[in-house]
Amino acid sequence: MTITDIRPFLAVGVSLLAAFLIMFSGKKPNVREFWSVAAAFIKAGLIFSMVPAVLAGNVYEYTLFAVTDTLGFTLRTDAAGMLFACVSSFLYIPVSFYAIGYMRGHHEKEQTGFFASFAVCLSAAVGIALSANLLTFFIFYELLTVATWPLVFHERNEEARFAGRKYLIYTLVSGQLMLAGIIVVYALAGTLDFQAGGFLSIDMAPKWMLQFLFFIMVLGGAVKAGVMPLHGWLPSAMVAPTPVSALLHAVAVVKAGAFCVLRLVGFVFGPTLLAQIGAATVLAWFAAFTIIASSLIAMKQDNLKRRLAFSTVGQLSYVVLGAALLAPLSILGAYFHIVAHALMKITLFMCAGAIIVTAHKDNISDMHGIGRKMPITMACYTIASLGIAGMPFIVGFISKWNIALGALQVSQPFYIVVLICSALLALSYLMPVTHLAFFKPNENGEFKTYGEANKFMLIPICVTAALSVILGIMPNFGPHLYDLASMAAQSITQGWIGGGW
Amino acid sequence: MSQHFPVLIVLLPLSAALLSPFFSFMYRQAGKWIAVAALAGSFLCSVGLLLQVTAGGGQAIHYYMGNWVPPLGIEFVVDPINAVIVAMITFLAMCTAIYSTPFLKKSNWLYMGGYYTLMALLCVGLSGMTLTGDVFNLYVYLEIASLSGYGLIALGGNKGTLAAFRYLLIGTIGASLYLLAIGFMYSMTGSLNMADLSVLLQDKMDYPLMIMVIGLLIAAFGIKAALFPFHGWQPDSYTYSHPGAAPLISGAMSKVPAYAMLRFFFYLFGAQHLFVQHGLTVIGILGALGIILGSVMAIAQDDFRRMLAYSSVAQIGYIAVGLAIGSMYGLIGAILHIINHAFMKGSLFMAIGGVQYRFGEFRISQLGQLNKKMPFTVFTICVAALGMIGIPPAGGFFSKIYIMQGAMETGQYIYIAVLVISSLLNAVYFFRVMENIFVNPDAGLKEINPTAGKLELPLQMLIPIVLFGIIILALGFCNASVVDCIIKLGLPEVFLG
Repeated sequence: MTITDIRPFLAVGVSLLAAFLIMFSGKKPNVREFWSVAAAFIKAGLIFSMVPAVLAGNVYEYTLFAVTDTLGFTLRTDAAGMLFACVSSFLYIPVSFYAIGYMRGHHEKEQTGFFASFAVCLSAAVGIALSANLLTFFIFYELLTVATWPLVFHERNEEARFAGRKYLIYTLVSGQLMLAGIIVVYALAGTLDFQAGGFLSIDMAPKWMLQFLFFIMVLGGAVKAGVMPLHGWLPSAMVAPTPVSALLHAVAVVKAGAFCVLRLVGFVFGPTLLAQIGAATVLAWFAAFTIIASSLIAMKQDNLKRRLAFSTVGQLSYVVLGAALLAPLSILGAYFHIVAHALMKITLFMCAGAIIVTAHKDNISDMHGIGRKMPITMACYTIASLGIAGMPFIVGFISKWNIALGALQVSQPFYIVVLICSALLALSYLMPVTHLAFFKPNENGEFKTYGEANKFMLIPICVTAALSVILGIMPNFGPHLYDLASMAAQSITQGWIGGGW
Repeated sequence: MSQHFPVLIVLLPLSAALLSPFFSFMYRQAGKWIAVAALAGSFLCSVGLLLQVTAGGGQAIHYYMGNWVPPLGIEFVVDPINAVIVAMITFLAMCTAIYSTPFLKKSNWLYMGGYYTLMALLCVGLSGMTLTGDVFNLYVYLEIASLSGYGLIALGGNKGTLAAFRYLLIGTIGASLYLLAIGFMYSMTGSLNMADLSVLLQDKMDYPLMIMVIGLLIAAFGIKAALFPFHGWQPDSYTYSHPGAAPLISGAMSKVPAYAMLRFFFYLFGAQHLFVQHGLTVIGILGALGIILGSVMAIAQDDFRRMLAYSSVAQIGYIAVGLAIGSMYGLIGAILHIINHAFMKGSLFMAIGGVQYRFGEFRISQLGQLNKKMPFTVFTICVAALGMIGIPPAGGFFSKIYIMQGAMETGQYIYIAVLVISSLLNAVYFFRVMENIFVNPDAGLKEINPTAGKLELPLQMLIPIVLFGIIILALGFCNASVVDCIIKLGLPEVFLG
């Protein structure tokens, strides 16, 4: 049942309004931070209040105004969108606390612009999640691109400037190609409304054209999701402050890219058409390649944030792979991996940030023995690392298990091999840090005075780490995210879903 | 009273133009006030006119000058499209007139009076060109607009004088070409009235002479609109014109000839004729080339104003491409872009004029940390830049979408590629500006006109700047209503089928 309700727009608007207020209260840091936190709570409250009805099969929909003469500026809360909206709006809360602790602890400049852009990014992310048609989606997608840019060049040095340029080049080029694709889709189908199972069909255009169309559009998602060889911007963007890295690499930007791929696969082209034109297979190859290659690169990185960035590149390709396999369970796994990876990676990044602020260490080779001074931080780090590798009872396992089952459903055991390799590789690049931190002696006598990070940073880390475990044991804890993922996958594959976790 | 709106739009600024020097002579400020008041009155009339014509369901309003019935007399013909363009012109003129007051603070009465005479005359010329239903009358207004434009450009100083002279030479050729074109049409039909001509010319559209006419019109309006490759005069003129008048010159002066082109090709001739189609193809090719070359040239500039001038060449290309596509969405895109671009370019020139006023600086590389000193100006620069690139929700995005939709509709895919490339080139030079503002270290600019109190600029400048920034966003949000309630009512019937 479709319910007309303005709440989706309120959820998007509340952080836009916050951004506005933040800009005007730059002189009073406490007031400014209050707006961030208040917006985070209201936003999450609004989104979560819609979950029960969505789980019951209802859909909230609202058209604010006509965006062109024939298309509406419409938000709709289907299961897939709700899932992403829940993740991003919920994680906004810990990150905004963490950001306060980090920015103040690190004495960053330009904090007003930082918090304002941050709020706009979250608006855009929720807008992306809930968009009902491709044009609305694109508007939020571009808004996200533009709003993230100030966060990337935040340090205002040459490195940050080039990272910003690189980021813009990658995202704007792919964005414009996607726009051209949208125009073509509109001309072919006469509609841009997302429809579970896709609204394009094989008789609408020649096969080569549909293949071409799929690639120029999926490029938009693949760039933000960091699918190789389009991942170049992501490690460079590491110059940004750590809360941004946490946001970019766990919640907003990269997930928006992955979500874009899922939308295109599930709601524009549809598994049936993609199987007919064979385009998804190519995407799956790219994703599989990325999963392995990025892990190998990650092993060589000494800078912890860079290592995590390459890990993100690999993990995001799980989502892309899950979508590209076109099996019901792999799509389910892909959706749930958005949740899983968000929780785990945000924990890892926040740990890295806590180390930077408290111990002033960027490089792994300097972290010998740090675990004895920051045991809670490093314990959380270890939990999240194990989750990334796919250990049972941590949330990452569930999504990987489903993607693997999906590979079996479409008889592609090769991808299971890829997943296993990737899990082992993840262990081998994440666990050494734990080993160094806890079991290596601290040779040069550092880490005597540093204790744990301050509470603003420590508590969010514990919360997300705890949630990774809880959701690993009870994937339906809280807003029934597993059910949402399952509903989304069911709607895309028209009912048939098979077993599952 | 309300039936006289069409003529009042022109008459009010015309009288103000004539009176302004006398009033200035008596009291220096009075010349300014009367011009601003007249332009405001003119704006109100044009809004009233727009309401009238849309309330009438898009039925064109005919206004006979001195009650002389056409085709002998001269008439103004108002349809929703030119009504909205006139409203835009008069609004721009009003805001520019207010905006330019701080620049004239220290000038003597003659300069002040003369400046506002030229400003009001420019508005007269541009609105007259848009409203008139007579091809010769259009020529008269064209010359009024051009001559006052030359004057305003020459007021910008020594380089301005040279630029104005160059523009005068080329512009006069353009006007003469136009005169030749209407001469040919007159010789074929014996009429100068547009409605009359459109009937009489229909069975003569395949005469070889029409090739000449169409070619001359493209060249004439191409020169006036600075369509590539006729744009040679334009970068200097925009760069060195009087900084107070630059928003109006850059915002409106090149748009009206583009609109005139639309009027000739789609209303007078009809796009179904072979020669017209060829003409449109030529315009489209020129437009596409202009989009690419203008953008590339803009990237190479360090002077903000010069960059904007080259960007105008590119943006006129958008309008030309929209015309060349010649379908409903192509035209909607072109008309919407006329409006969008006027505000975007106007606001950017206002913003850089503000910086020039306060710091005497206009080089992009010297704008570091401007956001700290002039936050509102920077807000407008950012919004307008996003609009220029075509990033939602600024208005420019939507005109681009409509043009792309039109290109798709008629299968001219090449234009989609051109627009995509153009957006990216635009992104290069506008994001460079923003990067320079936000990332560069403080440039240590010296205040040459320190402002009192907390304001970054005098209110007369700040209000138009911020207002324009908001309008650009509003045009984005309300584009559907503009298209549905205004533009679609005025399109030639063939497109609405």
